[in-house]
Amino acid sequence: MQRIFKILFFLLILNTNFANSISAENSSKLLTTDWSFKGPFGKFDRASLQRGYQVYNEVCASCHSLKYVSYRNLSEKGGPEFSVKEAKAIAASFEITDGPNQDGEMFTRPAKLSDKFAMPYSNEEEAKSANGGAYPPDMSVLVKARAGGADYIYSVLLGYVDPPENIKLDDGVYYNKYMYGNKIKMPKQLSDDLVEYSDGTNATEEQMAKDVVSFLMWTAEPHLEQRHKTGFRAIVYLIILTVLVYFSMKKIWSRVETNV
Amino acid sequence: MSDHNYTPSSKFGKWFNDRLPLLTLANHLTDYPTPKNLNYWWTFGGILTFCLITQIITGLVLAMHYIAHADLAFSSVEHIMRDVNYGWLIRYIHANGASMFFLAVYIHIFRSLFYGSYKAPREIIWILGIMIYLLMMAAAFMGYVLPWGQMSFWGATVITNLFSAIPLVGESITTWLWGGYSVDNPTLTRFFTLHYLIPFLILGLVVLHIWALHVPGNNNPVGIDIQKPSKDTVPFHPYIVIKDLFALLLFMIVFAFFVFYSPNILGHADNYIEANPLVTPAHIVPEWYLLPFYAILRSIPDKLLGVVAMLSAIFILAALPWLDTSKVRSAVFRPLYKQFYWILVIDVLILGYVGAMPAEGLYLLIARVATAYYFLHFLLILPILGKIEKTTPLPLSITSPVLGGSADLAMAKNIDVRKEKL
Repeated sequence: MQRIFKILFFLLILNTNFANSISAENSSKLLTTDWSFKGPFGKFDRASLQRGYQVYNEVCASCHSLKYVSYRNLSEKGGPEFSVKEAKAIAASFEITDGPNQDGEMFTRPAKLSDKFAMPYSNEEEAKSANGGAYPPDMSVLVKARAGGADYIYSVLLGYVDPPENIKLDDGVYYNKYMYGNKIKMPKQLSDDLVEYSDGTNATEEQMAKDVVSFLMWTAEPHLEQRHKTGFRAIVYLIILTVLVYFSMKKIWSRVETNV
Repeated sequence: MSDHNYTPSSKFGKWFNDRLPLLTLANHLTDYPTPKNLNYWWTFGGILTFCLITQIITGLVLAMHYIAHADLAFSSVEHIMRDVNYGWLIRYIHANGASMFFLAVYIHIFRSLFYGSYKAPREIIWILGIMIYLLMMAAAFMGYVLPWGQMSFWGATVITNLFSAIPLVGESITTWLWGGYSVDNPTLTRFFTLHYLIPFLILGLVVLHIWALHVPGNNNPVGIDIQKPSKDTVPFHPYIVIKDLFALLLFMIVFAFFVFYSPNILGHADNYIEANPLVTPAHIVPEWYLLPFYAILRSIPDKLLGVVAMLSAIFILAALPWLDTSKVRSAVFRPLYKQFYWILVIDVLILGYVGAMPAEGLYLLIARVATAYYFLHFLLILPILGKIEKTTPLPLSITSPVLGGSADLAMAKNIDVRKEKL
């Protein structure tokens, strides 16, 4: 019996170690910060998500789409939790193409809560031609699509340094310490006081990077908070049930002279 | 096996049972005599049944929301993750469930290897098990293709390309499998169809697997036959049911940790990038449970021979009951086999590790040595070991500590007869 618990314990340790070693492998050099969403009880920091949306909207959105995210998500539980009124106002500030109408014409109208985020380009080719041949990836699940996750995106945003002397860069290519292959077609975006936070937070480079990456973590994993909460309940329930079943088993097997 | 003379107590029960003996079956399943001394490694059969049912139920729900189309598959998965009620939970259970299924099946297989459960009279159970394992791999591979991420697409391309190694007709077969000249929409729709079908084939084989098990009954940790059912066995219900349930709950706790706290740790980040035929990922790796076979495939420089080696590595298991010549089942009484067993376990783990690494330099060398040893174990070591190994004395029965038993039921009976004569 004790052996079973030892094995189980070992598996759980293995699980966490495995998780750590994988992130450690990729983040041995990656920058990190005190993410509020890490760990089994991790939650999003609402204010940070709201600021992150502001950074996305003012800095990233001109090139990067969020095609799987809707405006209504902005007011949903577990996210930035803008009020419905605020979310409606945000949506209405974007024009999207709808139609055809009864005359067979496409038309533009202000976006509604039910609409997906407006796209910066009408198609991939337009995006490429506007960005020197590089396609700015959709950012909806970007954090999950890169080994290293949030730390990796955070590091790339802050990883612009002067290239080593032996590296020659073509026009429109920039050197980034953390990018795979170190070459990136996106120029450095963040600089101190680039945006003005309405809540008075000091808009340092690190602060903006942290806020926007938190926001992107939410777009990639919008149910993260619910997952953590449900997980805790499910596991507590399972442990209690396991203990009860263990004692039932002991009782039943006491009728025969064999140990379980 | 158990008593087939069962008569239901109620009149309707008797009337029904005479026409369709479902109650006899239920009675057989509850009374099924199970060796008393089964340890927790024997609980994985029940756990695997749970895994299969979980995969089927979550899979059904996912299929209601998933769209099998090259342009829509990826976004339909995102729709499930975002907008379907508890879609994230169902999908994470299904995706991690595949890994849990393989974790359990590997423990189940290695338990069988340790205690010699594949030996007479249980060869058919073993072969059915290998067939289930093969279908599981097919189902898992095709399931991994469905989200239509980069690893889905390129994994499918690598694996289907293996068929092109077949001489003469290889190219035609590959085109036929793809439904075109590359992995594309027709490939996705047929993989979805087959992915939906295979679990039900597995379910059918599981019924046969359990049926075949109920003919000779369970093997047990000492690996000798039941001498006196009344002394050596307990009825399946409630004894084994409660024990299996306890083990299942422990398993579910581990399962839940993955689902709720590291749901993407066993997957690959690239699969959250939508499939793009024009961009090849830096490293194409299969899911962890296929890595040992992937290592064997890549360790052979010739494509056709690599495929042959990979398939042989699986099919050689089906011949195991005849390759292992030892009469003694349990490794507990086989001091030499026990050591080779653990070497094989380490060998397979090494294969899994190098399967995840780039096939070059030292990794390639290690993969080749480990592949050679894998085949050596089954083709050379096992047949010889059974002939030369001096096994330690077996107990007389599974509940008695007295030694002097025999690996062979017929022989054991003779001993009893001789004792009676004396």
